[in-house]
Amino acid sequence: MAKSIDVDNLNVYYGDFLAVEGASINIAPRTVTAFIGPSGCGKSTFLRTLNRMHEVIPGGRVEGKVLLDGEDLYGPGVDPVNVRRTVGMVFQKANPFPTMSIYDNVIAGYKIAGSRKNKREFDDIVERSLKGANLWEEVKSRLQRPGAGLSGGQQQRLCIARAIAVEPSVLLMDEPCSALDPISTLAIEDLISELKVNYTIVIVTHNMQQAARVSDRTAFFNLAGVGQPGRMIEYDETAKIFSNPTQKATEDYISGRFG
Amino acid sequence: MSTDGDNTRRNLRVGSDPDAALERAAAEHGTAATEAAASRLAERAAHHESATDTLTPPPADGDRHADTGATGGGTGISGQSVRLGDRVFKGLAAGSGGILLVVMAAIAIFLVWKSIPAFTDNEGNLFTTQSWNPQGTPPIFGVAALLFGTLVSAVIAMVIGVPIAIGIALFISIYARRRAATALGAIVDLLAAVPSLVFGMWGLYFLIPNTQGFQKWLNDYFGWIPLFNNATATTAAQYGKSLLIAGIVLAIMIIPIVSAVCREVFLQTPRETIDAAWALGATRWEMIRTAVLPFGRAGMISASMLGLGRALGETIAVALVLNSGFRINWHLTEPGGDTFASTIALKFGEAGGNPVAVAALVLAGLFLFVITLIVNSIARMIIARRKEFTA
Repeated sequence: MAKSIDVDNLNVYYGDFLAVEGASINIAPRTVTAFIGPSGCGKSTFLRTLNRMHEVIPGGRVEGKVLLDGEDLYGPGVDPVNVRRTVGMVFQKANPFPTMSIYDNVIAGYKIAGSRKNKREFDDIVERSLKGANLWEEVKSRLQRPGAGLSGGQQQRLCIARAIAVEPSVLLMDEPCSALDPISTLAIEDLISELKVNYTIVIVTHNMQQAARVSDRTAFFNLAGVGQPGRMIEYDETAKIFSNPTQKATEDYISGRFG
Repeated sequence: MSTDGDNTRRNLRVGSDPDAALERAAAEHGTAATEAAASRLAERAAHHESATDTLTPPPADGDRHADTGATGGGTGISGQSVRLGDRVFKGLAAGSGGILLVVMAAIAIFLVWKSIPAFTDNEGNLFTTQSWNPQGTPPIFGVAALLFGTLVSAVIAMVIGVPIAIGIALFISIYARRRAATALGAIVDLLAAVPSLVFGMWGLYFLIPNTQGFQKWLNDYFGWIPLFNNATATTAAQYGKSLLIAGIVLAIMIIPIVSAVCREVFLQTPRETIDAAWALGATRWEMIRTAVLPFGRAGMISASMLGLGRALGETIAVALVLNSGFRINWHLTEPGGDTFASTIALKFGEAGGNPVAVAALVLAGLFLFVITLIVNSIARMIIARRKEFTA
């Protein structure tokens, strides 16, 4: 189920502006990879190219290849809609559909695709996904209540449940804990380690301790200056990045001597 | 500053694991996760703590409250801080609200009061009589046909106009590129500014002659549906003023307001909700169906009600494309049919000084008032029913 990601020399543009230059990365299946770096360095932008969400923004485009188990996401004849069904995403701000119940939020991916499953199958999917997101016990008695009525941390886990309900190959997380309190953050981090068994996970985070705790490998992004493209400076085992980085910029950043 | 205090307290409670506490405190501040940034934060907080009795604090982000506090002038924190402007504005706002209620009440009282003769002197049945002869002796009239004509023309307008308006709004807010959207939006707004008389004349001199063939075709092929059956015309040229035409003219007239409101509503759809649909692999239409339309549901109902209000109350355009005829006729392409508003306009001249005739027209106005209230109440109920599911 989980797939590998191989990016080779990818340039990411907003219109004419080069946002990320020459990014290359190889991500093994069933691993957690963290992207760290200062704001505006292009890590979120790069993350969004991995499921072609970058193109949703007018003018958003890329040059280069992103291979998912060897298949180019940007190849001719590849529909971004299908890419996004294979590569799920969780956002910085928890975004359950405000008009839907908890139950409907979880099966939203199926409803969008016009899936004709019966009530029993949907019930199973909802239970399995909410259990997978460690939310089942908290909401099982109120599945028909609005998803937006949950607390921030619960909403974020609901979004994770919604993302894994459709059984993607890869799960992208864009600062999933930055708006959460420490306890909810811990809950999500525990969840990430559990999900790693089945999914390839890529997470953007501003919290370096979080990167150190949850990820196997870490990529450090930086940019030379305002208006300059962001670059991937270093990509290695997380332990090495945080103890003995090769690049001085990486060391400066993780030790707080930057800017 | 209070948040800093909270953090300190929380850190003390976590206590046993200072690293985690520091990191969590940093996480609370969103971006700064480094010691350097944390210490800078602490410095800034300390600076603000002492700012009131030393210097004006620098305009640091998120601390504007501290600024205004410092310029307060050392008078302490006791006493009221309501300014004259607050009182004036509160008075103006409350007064405006009050005036609205007074005007509404005044209209309702006027309508009821002035229509009393229409209730007392009418020899016909107010609700079932299909004729309008309040000047006669005895005066005989009823609102059945007017009610029918008003509702049917408005329903036709809604059935045709609202889907088109929503389509235009979706195109402008989601599909069109910015330049096309701006141009199309301007045209729609322009349509709203065209006087209703012009729509009436257009309906009379353009729409009727150019839809005669279509109406005959409706009768020939769909005449088995009573709505489209026309027993009065044998050739296309005999198709003329009708409720269908009135409904179409009204549909065009409500499109600008409905689509303008819907467009604004659709543009309010949160970016995160749209992204959520995209990320689940929605196509554009699936995204609209999952994110935009459910979010805009209440707004679309409100917009439709605005349109319905206009359709129910439209006077002159309807008067131009309807043959006055006070009977209920389900054959929409046949002549005849009338609405409350157009009847008031057309019959006002001949009512003259006849008190019963004037009262009958005021009564028509009262019905229009009540219908609008009912329609709006129903709309509010529909919106309120799933309130907890709206953003």
